[in-house]
Amino acid sequence: MATRHDTAAPPAKEGGAAPVRPPAVVTEAEQRRRTRLSRRWRRDMRWSPYAFVSPFFLLFIAFGLFPLIYTGWASLHTVELTAPTDMQWAGLRNYTRIFDDDFFWNAARNTLTIGIISTVPQLMMALGLAHILNYRLRASIFYRVVMLAPYATSIAAASLVFVLLFGRDYGMVNWALHFAGIGRIDWQNDKWPSQIAVSAIIVWRWTGYNALIYLAAMQAIPQDLYESAALDGASRRQQFFHVTLPQLRPTILFTCVVSTIGASQVFGEPLLFDANKGASGGAEHQFQTLGLYLYEQGWVNQHLGRASAIAWTMFLILIVIGIVNYVISRRLRASS
Amino acid sequence: MTTTLMRPSGAGAKEPRLPRGPKAARAGGQAYAGPFAYAVLVLFSIGSLFPLVWTAIAASRDNNRLAQTPPPFWFGSNLLDHLKIAWTDADLGKAFFNTTLVAGISAASVVFLSTIAGFAFAKLRFKGRNALMLIVIGTMMVPPQLSVIPLYMMVAKLDWTDQLQAVILPSIVSAFGVFFMRQYLIQALPDELIEAARVDGASSWRVVWNVVFPAARPAMAVLGMLMFVQTWNDFLWPFLVLTQNGNPTVQVAVAGLGRGYTPDQSLIMAGALLGTLPLLLVFAVFGKQIVGGIMQGAVKG
Repeated sequence: MATRHDTAAPPAKEGGAAPVRPPAVVTEAEQRRRTRLSRRWRRDMRWSPYAFVSPFFLLFIAFGLFPLIYTGWASLHTVELTAPTDMQWAGLRNYTRIFDDDFFWNAARNTLTIGIISTVPQLMMALGLAHILNYRLRASIFYRVVMLAPYATSIAAASLVFVLLFGRDYGMVNWALHFAGIGRIDWQNDKWPSQIAVSAIIVWRWTGYNALIYLAAMQAIPQDLYESAALDGASRRQQFFHVTLPQLRPTILFTCVVSTIGASQVFGEPLLFDANKGASGGAEHQFQTLGLYLYEQGWVNQHLGRASAIAWTMFLILIVIGIVNYVISRRLRASS
Repeated sequence: MTTTLMRPSGAGAKEPRLPRGPKAARAGGQAYAGPFAYAVLVLFSIGSLFPLVWTAIAASRDNNRLAQTPPPFWFGSNLLDHLKIAWTDADLGKAFFNTTLVAGISAASVVFLSTIAGFAFAKLRFKGRNALMLIVIGTMMVPPQLSVIPLYMMVAKLDWTDQLQAVILPSIVSAFGVFFMRQYLIQALPDELIEAARVDGASSWRVVWNVVFPAARPAMAVLGMLMFVQTWNDFLWPFLVLTQNGNPTVQVAVAGLGRGYTPDQSLIMAGALLGTLPLLLVFAVFGKQIVGGIMQGAVKG
């Protein structure tokens, strides 16, 4: 991948295009001009790569890295929302405070369960869809675009629609379920139904997107793998399980990581799904996620310091996930 | 995770013409779809579109009708009225203007900065290149939500609450963008082109301007669209900083409709519909390119 060509071109013969030049006679001024040019050239070659990448890094440090680290610092202070610049040292009190809070653990559990209920079906359906999209299809582009329509829909719009669809008395979902003999489910107030409903918003928005990612990976699988499998008499089903799936392992791992990170941050869906329009994730915090709990502590209860402690805790959890991912992918690579 | 699945044909998202060989004994991905496959696709398509269509149906009805079973399956007569009311109630005109501005500036900036950085990572040699690229990939994994508290403190200190630059600034770079452009340029920009420009005495900036930008244009367009969609739909950060004084983005305005005390569900649906329509139109027109872009950005471990 490393290309060397870009350094190959420069100095020796300047302006290489000029064909005939009277040999030998080089004035002193010309000589100086050449050294100056070649010095400028070398400086350009040496420093412009940094000039090209530095805007990204500077802005990222300003708006990403620095705030992230500063969150850790703020988490050791008492900071009120009303006076966000006034920080009082608090040591680890914010942490003991949230770890003593049942609602923190409740939110952590909810984040985990909503994460599982949303990620697992989403990725499995995406895999199946990608497999089907990978056939020779009429209007294949049409289906791909349609599957992506939910991705174009914002969290806000999607959540508000799903509130109505999942309405207890007049919602479409309960109406459809009554044909199956299932009574009215209180999708907003009961614990598991509400978590399923919130997860449904996430599944709806992201399944098509993940299907496209899997589809891209499937199209990159060398055709001769299938051909030799077919020669060995493998059915299509067997080909899927013995050729497609193993080849997709890195991609599957990647989507798992991305979805896990996304699931750890869920905020807008439970916020807008709440019938009480609060930030507690339902009257009994039944679907409050860590993201929502952070918002409640910081912007409703006005304790920015405590909210920082929650953010920093979430960050540490993500680091653990990252390490686990790294270990698994190393295993995978070693085994294949 | 370094290789993407990019087709050399570029970001134009052209489907590769399937080889027209003998039809029998095609294996794996090349097999023709049967009726079952089409049935599943149609089912999923309905599932994808139904909530959107139903948003419009609910917006065209009134509260009485929404409080009856069975729920409405076809349009009523109030759609235009409700759209008008929602438009004024949620101040959507201003919200659209704001969001277009925010998403436009962010997308343009991300595209420009990602292209030059992606070019450096793809084609130039410099000390620390691989380490820096690893950092870029690592930062793709850190969710921006975790940084909101200090950003909020910064905004409060600068007195930028309710001002658009508070929303624009944190979104003018993207690690994904850098990665995306790098992957594209590695394959789409022949080294010979750069060399030729160098031989003609072009400086690095000239190379960027005259060689890299023209070569990267398709990918820049796709990245621009992806970033526009992402910024348009951004919720948490705008929700935190743009609340008090009526200077919302579309998402904040739509959420405000939902969280306010509007008793009228159909009005909320009308607002949600208005907030979604522009992007749906973009997808209807550029869907093929966006699909291609997402598939190219797909990462293989």
